[in-house]
Amino acid sequence: MRIEKRLQPSQTMVYLSPILALVLTVFAGGLLFAALGHPPLESLAIFFIEPLRDTYGWSELAVKVTPLLLCATGLTLCFKAKIWNIGAEGQFVFAALIGGAVSLQLTEVQGFWVLPVILLSGALAGMAWAGIAALLLTHFNTNEILTTIMLNYIAVNLLLWGVHGPLKDPAGFNFPESALFAEHTLLPLLSFDYRVTVALFIALFMVVVIWVLLARSLLGFQLRVLGENRNAARFAGFNSRAIIWFLLLFSGAMAGLAAISETNGPVGQLIPTLSLGYGYAAIIVVFMGRMHPLGIVLASMLLGLTYLGGEMAQIDLGLPKSITGLFQGMLLFFLLGCDLLIHYRLVLKERAFGVATT
Amino acid sequence: MSQENPTRLELIGITKAYPGCVANDAVSLKVAAGEIHALLGENGAGKSTLMKMIYGVVKPDAGQVLWNNKEIAIEGPAQARALGMGMVFQHFSLFDTLTVTENIALYLSPAEYGSVSALRQRIVEVGEEYGLAINPDREVHTLSVGEQQRVEIIRCLLQDIQLLILDEPTAVLTPAEVAQLIDMLKQLARKGCSILFISHKLHEVNALCDRATILRGGKVTGSCIPSETSAGELAKLMLGDELVLDHDLPPGNAGATRLTLCDIEVRPTSQFAIHLHNINLELKAGEILGLAGVAGNGQDELVDLINGELKPDRGTLTLDDVALADCSIVARRRRGLGTVPADRVGRGSVASMSLTENQLLTGYVNHGVRHSLVNWAAVRQRAADIIGDYGVKATGPASMAGSLSGGNLQKFIIGREIEQQPKVLICFHPTWGVDVGAANHIHKELVALRDRGTAVLVISEDLDELYLLGDRLGALCGGRLSPVRPKAEVPLEQLGEWMAGAFGNAQEEVAHAH
Amino acid sequence: MDLALLENILFATVRTGTPLLLVALGAMISERSGVLNLGQEGMILVGAACAFIAAYSADSLMLGVVIGALAGALVSLIFAFVALTLISNQVATGLALTIFGTGLSAFLGAEYVGQSIEGMTRVELPLLHKIPLIGPALFGQDLMVYLGLTLFALVFWTMRSTRLGLIIRAVGENPQVAHALGYKVLLVRYAAVLFGGAMAGLAGAYLSLSYTPMWAEGISAGRGWIALALVVFASWRTERILMGAWLFGFASILHLLLQGFGYDVPSNLLAMLPYAVTIVVLVFMMSRKGAKGLFAPRSLGQPYHPPQ
Repeated sequence: MRIEKRLQPSQTMVYLSPILALVLTVFAGGLLFAALGHPPLESLAIFFIEPLRDTYGWSELAVKVTPLLLCATGLTLCFKAKIWNIGAEGQFVFAALIGGAVSLQLTEVQGFWVLPVILLSGALAGMAWAGIAALLLTHFNTNEILTTIMLNYIAVNLLLWGVHGPLKDPAGFNFPESALFAEHTLLPLLSFDYRVTVALFIALFMVVVIWVLLARSLLGFQLRVLGENRNAARFAGFNSRAIIWFLLLFSGAMAGLAAISETNGPVGQLIPTLSLGYGYAAIIVVFMGRMHPLGIVLASMLLGLTYLGGEMAQIDLGLPKSITGLFQGMLLFFLLGCDLLIHYRLVLKERAFGVATT
Repeated sequence: MSQENPTRLELIGITKAYPGCVANDAVSLKVAAGEIHALLGENGAGKSTLMKMIYGVVKPDAGQVLWNNKEIAIEGPAQARALGMGMVFQHFSLFDTLTVTENIALYLSPAEYGSVSALRQRIVEVGEEYGLAINPDREVHTLSVGEQQRVEIIRCLLQDIQLLILDEPTAVLTPAEVAQLIDMLKQLARKGCSILFISHKLHEVNALCDRATILRGGKVTGSCIPSETSAGELAKLMLGDELVLDHDLPPGNAGATRLTLCDIEVRPTSQFAIHLHNINLELKAGEILGLAGVAGNGQDELVDLINGELKPDRGTLTLDDVALADCSIVARRRRGLGTVPADRVGRGSVASMSLTENQLLTGYVNHGVRHSLVNWAAVRQRAADIIGDYGVKATGPASMAGSLSGGNLQKFIIGREIEQQPKVLICFHPTWGVDVGAANHIHKELVALRDRGTAVLVISEDLDELYLLGDRLGALCGGRLSPVRPKAEVPLEQLGEWMAGAFGNAQEEVAHAH
Repeated sequence: MDLALLENILFATVRTGTPLLLVALGAMISERSGVLNLGQEGMILVGAACAFIAAYSADSLMLGVVIGALAGALVSLIFAFVALTLISNQVATGLALTIFGTGLSAFLGAEYVGQSIEGMTRVELPLLHKIPLIGPALFGQDLMVYLGLTLFALVFWTMRSTRLGLIIRAVGENPQVAHALGYKVLLVRYAAVLFGGAMAGLAGAYLSLSYTPMWAEGISAGRGWIALALVVFASWRTERILMGAWLFGFASILHLLLQGFGYDVPSNLLAMLPYAVTIVVLVFMMSRKGAKGLFAPRSLGQPYHPPQ
């Protein structure tokens, strides 16, 4: 068997590849469960189906989808332009710290403006954190992958410092956690029976925003050119620096909003393990979603499900929760592997070409 | 003499197909020992593929290869070398950041060269024997293109060589270097080495080769002795029923000065860049100025400078009396500066995007965008117009740029720039790798643009093209510009000297006088 | 500052620099062959977890080291297959390896969190370790440190004086030409990636068997990424990698020093130092004149598939 380059990339495979990757991941997951001595089919059902048995399960999925989708909207634009912002995690964590501090400050203050201020503080904090990477990239040509990753570690340590130090709940028995945020600083719930907040609508709105931006605006066109061919972008006179700044600041703001959607939503306080790796999982969302706005909605549901499935596997099968990361990693590996079929086809044996001379 | 000698290499019915095209269709040819054999053909005729199959880089789908009358199957370049073949590639197969000796060591096996110091010594010796002097310790990127070709040739000569294959070896050389190369090849052939020489230049083939095989569209269309065959016949075999390059186009009518470069100096920004010195150039409305030069003598820097991608360290640029120094690339385009870059796939277009999107790539400056939103319908219409008006063979504006042939993509890019009605058009390698029909079309469009009053700068390595199009001619060498004179005052010998840098210090004196 | 303190600082610098040295040497070889593997962090973690499990279960540190290296090489094989055979985007594939390795190591090691083993002991080389100042740092360490220095010497010699080193450089510089000259580009790249995986696995083993003899989730704490930055810092040159590893090692123990001198800075803030230093060093490297990608192997990160 060998591979052969296609004349044109296959659009079918662009959309088929994630489905193929999911099938392979489920299959490999089944093998994994079997190897661990659990019945594979039942275990897979526990991981992928059990979490969505009832309305509450679906609402929990929406809770996971919200931060994933917000992070992914920003990363979609970055990755389209091949700006490898791996720093959504750090932007998320830093924004959570700042937004949390603001929320705690506003405990005693009432007013319609409180929530907008908190959201804004989160978005600005995310932008500031991403802005460091933008500055380093545009002015010092410093590789954004390495700087954003380093900023992730720094942000996590800042959060730890916060919850161990100045933001620690004085009445919290010395646990490294902040006080619970006041009721009026929390995002409104959509229904009192579930934990879903209005942040879900913000996320969906942002999906529409990037959709319009990519399909209709000159900026959307320019960032796609930047990603496909930097020399052409330079030749055409696009302002790459400005575009890079926009992309990083925008995705920082989105990660910041994602952080507020968690801290001032289902979590309701600052804790050390605030992000369950949403910033990293969002990277997989973007690739699985084919960097398309509609695609990332679907992909964020799938990735959200891996979190719920991991919790289920822990409860029902007694497996470590980190099985989530294992499934996420497999998903991305299989996806990248299957993407071969976009540009190449598999040829089982040698065949003669019956093609006319060109 | 080739008739009496034994056959060194024979190909019978060699066929190679790629998805969507047949590169070689039942090609047969014979090369005798000590013969200099030309393989003639236009771009895309299948010459390079055939050479790669002989050398084992690519495997044929069908056919036989006979080496000294024995059938062989060549599994790879290593085996080809072991048999006594050597190949000088069109795009040199050298590692830029390694030294000459390291490059040659990689080409040979350790058994062949023993120790690195012994190899270094042999490189010097062989260089002296064939007049190919080279410093074995230099890193390849510091060498000129001609010197890099020497490295390629020397490493073939270090082994017991019976067949040397050269893929368009003269495309990158100045006329004087070409003469030197031809002498060297004749010396080699006298010692019994066969030479397979790929070219599309008839006069070189005439000067050098004993026999020629002509390829067109992957098939052999003829075989002849060049010295006994007229150029017209050869051209017909090469080009078929296609038009031969036009040989006379009307001269231009120079008007007012449009673009002025005055005392420009650009220092290199990377180790691979060329230093531009004291460039003074005036480009007039209604004329085509042709600049010759071997690749890598400052052409890229000059184009980037005018386009605005590179900032001068000294000197001024003016377009219609407006200084361009602080103008961005976009601002320059708004003022009427158009550029067709040399690398149409790498810079002039985005291969993975549609022609509509590629129209917008530079078209956005003047057309199709309002309130930073794109009017895709208008852009698509414009792309469709260019496809129609410039004879671009494509299924429609939705075709990917990368799916077009080189000639058609080039027609589209030139159409895109011309449709913006530039006052000045910089055209770098307008017909590089383009078939003759498309080249004729492009030449006519450029002349028509000139006659509408645009100042056109054509930078090319193809001297025929420059003499055809240019109203005035000059050359770049080592980042310096030769004098620029009307075509009638620049015979080929003169242009060749300029390309080699022999133009005195006329420009420097002007600079020193300041 | 007295001699004993200086000796201690040098000792801790070399010790802390060792895992960085191991990872960076492997990453450099892989990058010199043209492959950008961002999965270093994942490979270290898998190596660390497997090394600890093996050492704990079989009560053998040596077995742990071997298993750690093998595990690192094994997961790097997944990367190599996807990135090289299936011609994927190397950046994304490296991230996948990091995510996968982080998950896998946490999964495998879950039962072993909180267990402890007897870590490696120091082996003092006779006489040499008594040299003032540098004796303890270079000759009074455990076997893994010596292994690191030996591998450094080996890599240095290979890249400088052997044909293998020349071939690796050639493949990373221009795979098309290397293929045209008959070299097996993919084979060289596979080997380079596997070597990198084994080195990262060794670094992981060092962390979980010697540096802090235990297993904890995320025990590598970003060392894989710091090592990648270190390769940039070293301009892909072996001799500078050693200096860089020690420099970063020193940055990582700075907080101990500061605390030792009585500065009262919260430990979480001090823990940020190595990452901040990494950023500063990257900025310094890239802002030097004409440094833009000057030393990076030309084909770094670009997929290559040999023509049929």
